[in-house]
Amino acid sequence: MVRVSSWGRLNAEEHDARALTSTQDVARTLRESAPGIAYGLGRSYGDVCLNPGGTLWRTTGLDHFIAFDEITGVLVCEAGVVLRDIQRMTLPRGWSLPVTPGTQLVTVGGAIANDVHGKNHHKFGTFGDHVRSLKIVRTDGSELDCGPNLRPEYFAATVGGIGLTGFITQAEIQLRRVPGPWFETETVSFLNLDEFFALSIESDSGWEDSVSWIDCVGGGNGRGLFMRGNPVTVDAKPEPRRRSIAMPVVPPISMVNQMSLKAFNAAYFKINKHRSGKQLTHYEPFLYPLDNILDWNRMYGPHGFYQYQSVVPRENERDVTGAMLREIARSGQGSFLAVLKTFGERSPIGMLSFPRPGVTLALDFPNRGEETLKLLDRLDAIVREAGGRIYLAKDARMSIDMFESGYPRFPELQQYRDPGMSSAMSRRLLGN
Amino acid sequence: MRRILIVGATSAIAEQCARIWVKDSAVALTLVGRDREKIEALRVDLAVRSPHSVIHTETLDFLDPVAIAELAKRTSLDGPLDIVLIAHGNLPTQESSEQDLSIASSTLMLNGISPVLFAEAFAGLCAIADHGTLAIIGSVAGDRGRRANYVYGSAKALVAHYAAGLQHRFAETNVKVVLIKPGPTATPMTADLQQQGRRLARAEKVAAQIVKAIDTGKPVLYTPSIWQPIMFIIKHLPQRIFIKLKV
Repeated sequence: MVRVSSWGRLNAEEHDARALTSTQDVARTLRESAPGIAYGLGRSYGDVCLNPGGTLWRTTGLDHFIAFDEITGVLVCEAGVVLRDIQRMTLPRGWSLPVTPGTQLVTVGGAIANDVHGKNHHKFGTFGDHVRSLKIVRTDGSELDCGPNLRPEYFAATVGGIGLTGFITQAEIQLRRVPGPWFETETVSFLNLDEFFALSIESDSGWEDSVSWIDCVGGGNGRGLFMRGNPVTVDAKPEPRRRSIAMPVVPPISMVNQMSLKAFNAAYFKINKHRSGKQLTHYEPFLYPLDNILDWNRMYGPHGFYQYQSVVPRENERDVTGAMLREIARSGQGSFLAVLKTFGERSPIGMLSFPRPGVTLALDFPNRGEETLKLLDRLDAIVREAGGRIYLAKDARMSIDMFESGYPRFPELQQYRDPGMSSAMSRRLLGN
Repeated sequence: MRRILIVGATSAIAEQCARIWVKDSAVALTLVGRDREKIEALRVDLAVRSPHSVIHTETLDFLDPVAIAELAKRTSLDGPLDIVLIAHGNLPTQESSEQDLSIASSTLMLNGISPVLFAEAFAGLCAIADHGTLAIIGSVAGDRGRRANYVYGSAKALVAHYAAGLQHRFAETNVKVVLIKPGPTATPMTADLQQQGRRLARAEKVAAQIVKAIDTGKPVLYTPSIWQPIMFIIKHLPQRIFIKLKV
């Protein structure tokens, strides 16, 4: 038994963790050790990838490429392949994953099971929109294929299905043509939410990628920095050297508190406000700004942190976001990692996929126990009232009511479930 | 194109070495393994990573001296090799070797005799060509016998002794021999250790150091390098102190 955490580091319970290294062993291992849940790089924040006291199947050894067609851009690979390795292999050949989240240190299987999205959601939808087919092994040892045109209901249950329909061994993904590793980027400051929404509308047509950092404590009504980018052709510019630093230890208390937060946010806003204008940026720092700080999640100290990501519908997105920011500012909690983005109109494939038309807000909260949980419950009430929902990949604490109101298609999932797949989250929200 | 042959290519450390080699430039690679399906999955993966590399696979019985000699002979037809990496092994628990002599026997054969037979076969080719680097994966467990793994450790000690002899033999030639002594590394072979919650070195990191040592022809590589001072101390501890340690 080994202690395993997810990215939020809220706990580290013992698991029977079994490393898979060959797809031919998957069926036997699942039959022998079910029930359990697949665990990739552990980058989801809450309990979606955990199964305390039970089995975890570690997928990072299933990291083989199977085929890549440089003419069509179709990639076939095992589910433990890391998105970074795909990007580094295909970009020099002119192809890129169409959708990646804010870190490329996630596995293909995790990206599908959580149907992740990125800064270009308004153009390219979610990761699942680009999956052509999947191979799945169930815990009874049976295998099946699915895709948008093959067992489409099973596919819709699996994409965003938080690992509950079986074990994904292999995926076929349609990549997109890109001119190279460079982005033309621009940072524009905004002083309030009205300016944010205006920038967002203005950027939707001309910019592929957009995301905003928002100051959740100071500056009244939501000041922040709007960052946008487009891939561009640049001739013969050498790629920057890759450097990374690490958070070497877990500090005894969170480095993020009210004082450090106010000072940091004010400084960050002021420095970047004057750095406006267009720049040329390599895709790695632009798309995955935190990937060069290894183990950054340790900065919240021994008690870990909650990440809260909500989406609320367009109708009253301005007022609802304002209400949430006021609630957070009043609580004095939060972190400098606060992100605001509008989603596009495309509805996702998955029955439990998170994105929907509207605006999404994502924030870290250092875990201060009851005080933090109460704040998150108050935020839930606002989101629920507005008809929104919480991202399962980030969640460790929402109530069953909140889940059921946010994900009305959850009963459909049940008929496609693999009874041998069970996680802390599935037991918390689905009862088994 | 560099010509590289890897025995035990599906082992986690060897696989990571292969990924580094094909990433640096297109190579002519021969992957030698026991399990046809696993070696084929590895070949396909490396071919996707490096479409211009030429990759062959071979499967054979790792304990059959005739098959090993034939493999070396077949390989020699395409010209001299630049790198031979011998990387296979297995690690049953010490208790299982104590309780079942057939497990003790296979542990000794696969970790000791078999790598030496492969090395001897390819050493012959390197000698004729007066060219090539022969790298063999031993283990820190071969440095001093200890209760936790002395059957496995004695097989690795055999490899170390053999490699020293080979280095002596090739001292005045252009052939280089590299003995690699990894500490416990996070691979399928050490699944039991990992289940006990031991933090082990990453195979990618160990592989990067191996590739570098092969490039420079370093005679002995401890990887990660912290194992060099650790094993220096363990080797030199007086017996009366050593036998009291729970290592």
